[in-house]
Amino acid sequence: MNISRFKALGEGLLVPVAVLLLWQVACSAGWVNPMVLPSPAAVAARWWSYLAPLEAYDPATESWIAWIFSGELIHDSLASLSRVVMGFAVGAGLALPLGLFMGTSDSIYRYVNPLMQLLRPIPPIAYIPLSILWFGLGNAPAVFLIAIGAFFPVLMNTIAGVRHVDSIYIRAARSLGASRLTIFRRVILPAATPYILSGARIGIGTAFIVVIVAEMIAVNNGLGFRILEAREYFWSDKIIAGMLTIGLIGLAIDLAVSRLNNHLLRWHRGLES
Amino acid sequence: MPIAAPLAASPAPSAAALADAARPHIVVSGVDKRFVIPGGEIVALKDIDLTINEGEFVCLLGPSGCGKSTLLNAIAGFSAPTTGTITVDGRAVKDPGPDRGMVFQEYALFPWMTVAQNIAFGLEIKGMSRAQIEPKVNELLAMLKLAEFRDRFPKDLSGGMRQRVAIARVLALDSPVMLMDEPFGALDALTRRSLQDELIRIWSATGKTIVFVTHSIEESIYLADRIVVLTYRPGTIKRDIKVELPRPRDSASTAFNELKRELSALVTAEQHRFEEVEVKGLTTD
Ligand SMILES: Nc1ncnc2c1ncn2[C@@H]1O[C@H](COP(=O)(O)OP(=O)(O)OP(=O)(O)O)[C@@H](O)[C@H]1O
Ligand SMILES: [Mg+2]
Repeated sequence: MNISRFKALGEGLLVPVAVLLLWQVACSAGWVNPMVLPSPAAVAARWWSYLAPLEAYDPATESWIAWIFSGELIHDSLASLSRVVMGFAVGAGLALPLGLFMGTSDSIYRYVNPLMQLLRPIPPIAYIPLSILWFGLGNAPAVFLIAIGAFFPVLMNTIAGVRHVDSIYIRAARSLGASRLTIFRRVILPAATPYILSGARIGIGTAFIVVIVAEMIAVNNGLGFRILEAREYFWSDKIIAGMLTIGLIGLAIDLAVSRLNNHLLRWHRGLES
Repeated sequence: MPIAAPLAASPAPSAAALADAARPHIVVSGVDKRFVIPGGEIVALKDIDLTINEGEFVCLLGPSGCGKSTLLNAIAGFSAPTTGTITVDGRAVKDPGPDRGMVFQEYALFPWMTVAQNIAFGLEIKGMSRAQIEPKVNELLAMLKLAEFRDRFPKDLSGGMRQRVAIARVLALDSPVMLMDEPFGALDALTRRSLQDELIRIWSATGKTIVFVTHSIEESIYLADRIVVLTYRPGTIKRDIKVELPRPRDSASTAFNELKRELSALVTAEQHRFEEVEVKGLTTD
């Protein structure tokens, strides 16, 4: 650990800590109604009880690992995350091959692109009524909505990535004797990877937004469901605890994805790691 | 001492003059290349007849826009001539292929491959096994002084290093023809000279036929057996000059500079026409 790292950390924490203090003071002094804005201490306490196991540890019925993870927060987080993963897998899994086809073949592009341009501006949220009509309630509509959220960023970036491959690489590969398939696999695909990965990153971000909305509507667990449920009981401390959890998980996902990007793109000029 | 034997402007006798023991390797005959542009046409090449013999080192020289790259790309098979034919080894050129290795000015290394992977790529395409590729790559890495950079990505190399990798990548194919489009244009003078020397060394060792595009008169005299000067719009062959200076060539020698003066006059005339067209916006077509 060097000093400048500490310094950067200190600088980064300064404003959040100040805000927290001000918030606590405002609540302790009674300037705000705790129903409207609970104090940070109350939120932290609530967050802890939300995280902690609901029942006392009983070795007879379960292992201690299962017990540690038996809290409501953990369940909700895992439920939300698994929906993000499923929805993203479906959306990106369809967008990637379609984008590769549309990027490499001008005729496919000409036929399919107008439809995509028409559908793209429709926000995933606007699909909610239709998704419930089609899939009822439960995981299916949630996954559908998330898939739509992830689909377009991945599609658009994949097309752009394939179309922007510098023709000099293709010419070099051809003069080395590469077949069309080899050019696709060894040149076009890796050259398009930076675009595809940034599309995936945007797609995951969208998926994370959509999962919260979908859970408020279609299912009865997950972080989105939980904060809406808390509103019915006027548990503003639990709402804020849930929101903070959403923020932390989003941050963790983005960090993980950017780590992965840096590794996969270690050849890329724009990235110095 | 006959240092430079200017050949007649018409190509037929020039080919004959060289033909004693030499075998024609690249034959360009009656080639025109026209580009259709909005509101007209650019005649990039006109009536090009050029025979390059096996093992010859030929420089294509001329100012910017005179069609050097167009001619080289036609030989490489990237774009077909509008009229005329090009044969390499007696076979008509239709597509680019590994028998004509190409070194680009922009290096064109695959940035997602390491140095060693770039060099191995052409060999993998050929279908060689790992066990065959490995020693060949190592040999080329050693030959071009790249051994310690084998696992680096191109972004971490200097321009000179990158061009070395590009040359190694083409050498790996063992192609009898090497086409080079201003490969050293972006390098500083010292790096360029050392790569020129290396190229001459490789060329003498391997006996490849090399077509080398440059707009540097100095570079063409330093390297070539033969310098083909092109005219600007339409691109025709203005002069075909044989360089008979002994190697290694001394760019400070009188003979070198005499030739340089002669070529300067030829190229400058074309450069003026270039400026008239491109700068003052007149057209000659
Ligand atoms: N694809 C194209 N479409 C239209 N015009 C072209 C095209 N390619 C080349 N030209 C024109 O043909 C002429 C010859 O171009 P070329 O690239 O062969 O020149 P060059 O001698 O290689 O020049 P430089 O030294 O700048 O590379 C130029 O006037 C150029 O504008
Ligand atoms: Mg050129």
